[in-house]
Amino acid sequence: MASTEIIHAHAAPQGFIRKYIFSLDHKVIGLQYYFLALIAVFVGMGLSLLMRIHLIWPNANLPIFGAIKPETYLMFLTMHGTIMVFFVLTTAPQGGFGNYFLPIQIGAPDMAFPTLNMLSFWTTFVAFVVLVAAFFVGAPLHGWTGYAPLSAVPSAGPGEGLGADLWITSIAIFCAASLMGALNFITTVLDMRAKGMTMMRMPLTCWAWFITAILGLLAFGVLLAAGILLLMDRNLGTSFFVPGGLNFTGQTSFPTGGFSSSTDLIKHNGGSPLLWQHLFWFFGHPEVYIAILPGMGVASQLLSTFSRKPIFGYRAMVYAMLGIGILGFVVWGHHMFMSGMSPYTAFAFSIMTMAIGVPSAIKTFNWLGTLYQGRVRFHTPMLFAIGFVSLFVSGGLSGPFLAQPVLDIPLHDTYFVVGHFHLIMGVAAIFGIFAATYYWFPKMFGRMMSEGLGRWHFFLTLLGTYAIFMPMHYLGLAGQTRRYSEFTQVAYQTKLIPLQTFITYAAIVTISAQFIFLFNLFWSMAKGKKATDNPWEATTLEWTTATPPPHDNFGGRTPVVSHGPYEYSVPGAARDFVMQNDPATTPAH
Amino acid sequence: MATLSPTVAVKYPQTRHGGGSGAPPTHGNGGGDGRGANGSPDYGERLRRARLGLVVGLTPVIMMFVSFTSAYIVRKGLPTVDPRTNSYVHDWLSVNIPWGLLLVNTVILLISSVTMELARRQITRQAALAPVSSIPGVSLGEEKTFPWLGVTVVLGLGFLIGQWMAWQELAARGFYLATSASSSFVYLLTGMHAIHLAGGILALLFAAATSLLRKPVEGRRIVVDITAWYWHFMALLWIYIFALIEIAR
Amino acid sequence: MGLALLALIWLITFVSTYFFVAKTWWFPVGASASAAWIDHQFAVTFILMGIVFVAAQGALGLFVWQYRDRGATQPVHYSHGNAKLEIIWTVLTAVLFIGLNLMGSRVWATERFDPPEVGAVPVEATGLQFAWYFRYPGPDGKYGRTKAELEDASAGGESAVGLDPSDAASKDDIVSGTMYIPVNREVDLALRAQDVIHSLFIPSMRFKQDAVPGLIIHMHFKPIQTGDYEIACAELCGLGHYKMHGMLKVVSQEEFDKWLASKEAEKQ
Repeated sequence: MASTEIIHAHAAPQGFIRKYIFSLDHKVIGLQYYFLALIAVFVGMGLSLLMRIHLIWPNANLPIFGAIKPETYLMFLTMHGTIMVFFVLTTAPQGGFGNYFLPIQIGAPDMAFPTLNMLSFWTTFVAFVVLVAAFFVGAPLHGWTGYAPLSAVPSAGPGEGLGADLWITSIAIFCAASLMGALNFITTVLDMRAKGMTMMRMPLTCWAWFITAILGLLAFGVLLAAGILLLMDRNLGTSFFVPGGLNFTGQTSFPTGGFSSSTDLIKHNGGSPLLWQHLFWFFGHPEVYIAILPGMGVASQLLSTFSRKPIFGYRAMVYAMLGIGILGFVVWGHHMFMSGMSPYTAFAFSIMTMAIGVPSAIKTFNWLGTLYQGRVRFHTPMLFAIGFVSLFVSGGLSGPFLAQPVLDIPLHDTYFVVGHFHLIMGVAAIFGIFAATYYWFPKMFGRMMSEGLGRWHFFLTLLGTYAIFMPMHYLGLAGQTRRYSEFTQVAYQTKLIPLQTFITYAAIVTISAQFIFLFNLFWSMAKGKKATDNPWEATTLEWTTATPPPHDNFGGRTPVVSHGPYEYSVPGAARDFVMQNDPATTPAH
Repeated sequence: MATLSPTVAVKYPQTRHGGGSGAPPTHGNGGGDGRGANGSPDYGERLRRARLGLVVGLTPVIMMFVSFTSAYIVRKGLPTVDPRTNSYVHDWLSVNIPWGLLLVNTVILLISSVTMELARRQITRQAALAPVSSIPGVSLGEEKTFPWLGVTVVLGLGFLIGQWMAWQELAARGFYLATSASSSFVYLLTGMHAIHLAGGILALLFAAATSLLRKPVEGRRIVVDITAWYWHFMALLWIYIFALIEIAR
Repeated sequence: MGLALLALIWLITFVSTYFFVAKTWWFPVGASASAAWIDHQFAVTFILMGIVFVAAQGALGLFVWQYRDRGATQPVHYSHGNAKLEIIWTVLTAVLFIGLNLMGSRVWATERFDPPEVGAVPVEATGLQFAWYFRYPGPDGKYGRTKAELEDASAGGESAVGLDPSDAASKDDIVSGTMYIPVNREVDLALRAQDVIHSLFIPSMRFKQDAVPGLIIHMHFKPIQTGDYEIACAELCGLGHYKMHGMLKVVSQEEFDKWLASKEAEKQ
């Protein structure tokens, strides 16, 4: 339980293990999350490269991997989705940067429950190890959404045996870890803010992490419940998701169940495959916002900082994020328009989904309003923040197509959807992570990242991701179905192979460009230019403390806050930025 | 955002070295770091924070049982295709629940909730007196304390054993986990509740263990306090589950 | 740097929009009654979203270039926003999005709320790993009984769907791997799945619907043009998902009757 935290003390712990492995310091834990996500993202990216190659050259004999079979392709697909969604998009922005900078930005010495924080990371780590273990026993092929009965019946395909059990177990463990993290974030924000740090003076990053934590708290419990039911269906003979009378490869199997073999009261147990979808998407849709909200927070922070201008409509930004958070829980059905759900329900879900476009539009409007009449400085973090806005617009505007059930008829489960969610949830969120990395690197490691390499990385990645994902929209219109391991079997789809080939080449270039980032990251840690405490002339509290921050963040001091987070170019001020903890100012009368 | 009027004058220009240097060191203000001015842990602060954490932490538990409940109710109303006739049928099989046994269990759990509350108040008193007894030369005497905590653990274990017996009884009546959807849900709900309650028992055992390790009573008090609220929640949850099974079985 | 960003963002916007407008890759020609409606709704949505897309990306590119840092003398407009603009913008987008939705819902309603027309052709589609089978109830208009334990995917045809020959109603049932339907008549489709979820996707008909085990889902659509159309599976169903395809042959009523009669004759 949370209160078992007794050890937390001012003095920094000595010894390697306590300091770097089982550390209670939120900054170390944040870095642990970040590097876990970094490993995960390269695994996930490698899988996507193998998938792209297989799609174009299905019979190619690759070194090490040999010829990729259709089921292997689907295993890669499952692992790519699961790793990216859980261990990159959930882990890096929230667990990584949230952990490191939320306490500092609100002027707290640490998270509310440091021990729980450590447990949360190590639980995440165990979840990752369990997921990777699934590779070695044959990973499941049911995709990251794990629709039952494909995911619920071991004989449904290769990898649906032990591999699927490991996959579910990994997700269940990850749920527990995320719940611990969310609990910590919420309590920290509610209870640990420095004097004068009112909720409406919090940086938008903190608001984003806070709302993300609330979403996680409400969503992961449901996914955990769904995972438990699925495990029971698979191993204990229950029938929550498995209907009766299924027939796999000619063998009839009535789910008679483990314990009840002697008392067959009912032979067909009639579970509902749609129940899984409802539970999964009740989690799954908020999960999209869990991935993107921290990116929105970072983009807001950076656009204001590098435009030297207060954020346009701070309150509107907060309300928009809250609105997205609340609406995010009532739109899950838009993933299921074609699932056999009642068409009347689909209608209701559709209206709510369109409504969620409104707060998203407010955010875009405010970002543009922040740039307008500013003084824009093009440091690498800003480039990625601008890229984030561009991708957010591009990815977001395909939403209103998919939100209409009638347009979902031709578009559902095509590459249009793949392009849509990769742009908005994948690449935009990743751009948020990149922006945050370039922005906070000086504070975390005391050195600057190379601007020149950063620019190359930015231009190649922005162009590359558009080249990969924009054509997917065209493919979707032409009826290219997703999750096909090759396009040789359906005649009209073979005509689309040239465009797919282009995407593969674009992917190879874009993935190669990520090694510029990797090099920049590690090279700058050792050889980068020494950073000052506030290199970007930003206003929030992390820039008031030493670099890197001391163990308790503020060296025994507790900051007192007297300003909002984005006071740039204040008329009459000595400099073009006013730190949040600048002593109280007197309005000139 | 009305924190600043359009024109302000900054009184103290900042030094080059960030803004932190301007702020005076302060301690123990609202939302501080949970330590008193003298550097010793501020237990009042920590207790408040732990209680807040508990309230937040119970949310996913509620969400989980909400998921199970909605699945339960939806499944009950859902016609399914009979693979023999290809027509929709209602296959809900009413579970024959051992009411007597469950009622006894309910009473045990409610009594344990009372003893838990007594244990919580007892340790709250002890914690309040702890600073006094730590003054050299002052002795409050060996307080005769009734082991409410131990009683609660025993009652909690009694409830779990009672639930185990109820499952045995269900099986004896022909309702196994996989017999029908209805029986699956009965096992699921009672089983998940039992696991959560077992977590509470572990927390109490942990508190007892720390008392042996001569940890300060204040720290133990926090564990007991939030476990008590958790325990009351589990009692409420059980009544809810009992009612749900009664209605939906 | 500002200029480079402007150029890049505008280039991306132009190229992305170009291929949509040029329809280089586009929907296949619609051959069902609802295709025109769906395509129209798509066009309306596309024009509106396209305008917003170009405007937002254009403004983004323009602003970063126009307001690039040109030294300390450059004035910065100190403002925390504009509530009035904010409200106007919110109302505008709300009206746009909800309005768009209501427009589309009429099509959705005729597609899914209304029952099939009288005299629609009954067809039952069954998805299994990894093939589609189509069953016609025959002259008696009734589908015969199927049994899960009789299903044999490797045998194909009637065995694949597990038709029980002992049932009188199944005597005249016809099972085909290719879907034949007459033109200009609505199809009353019943969708079933034997193992996992499949999805019957006929791009030219603008038709897609999951086939879910444990459910019998009724759908209808009306082909208005004869020809051969491909059917794909649109829901991940296992390792053979990519090759689970079928053919839809829309033929004249006479041809359809002839085909049905020949199949009946084959069966006797």
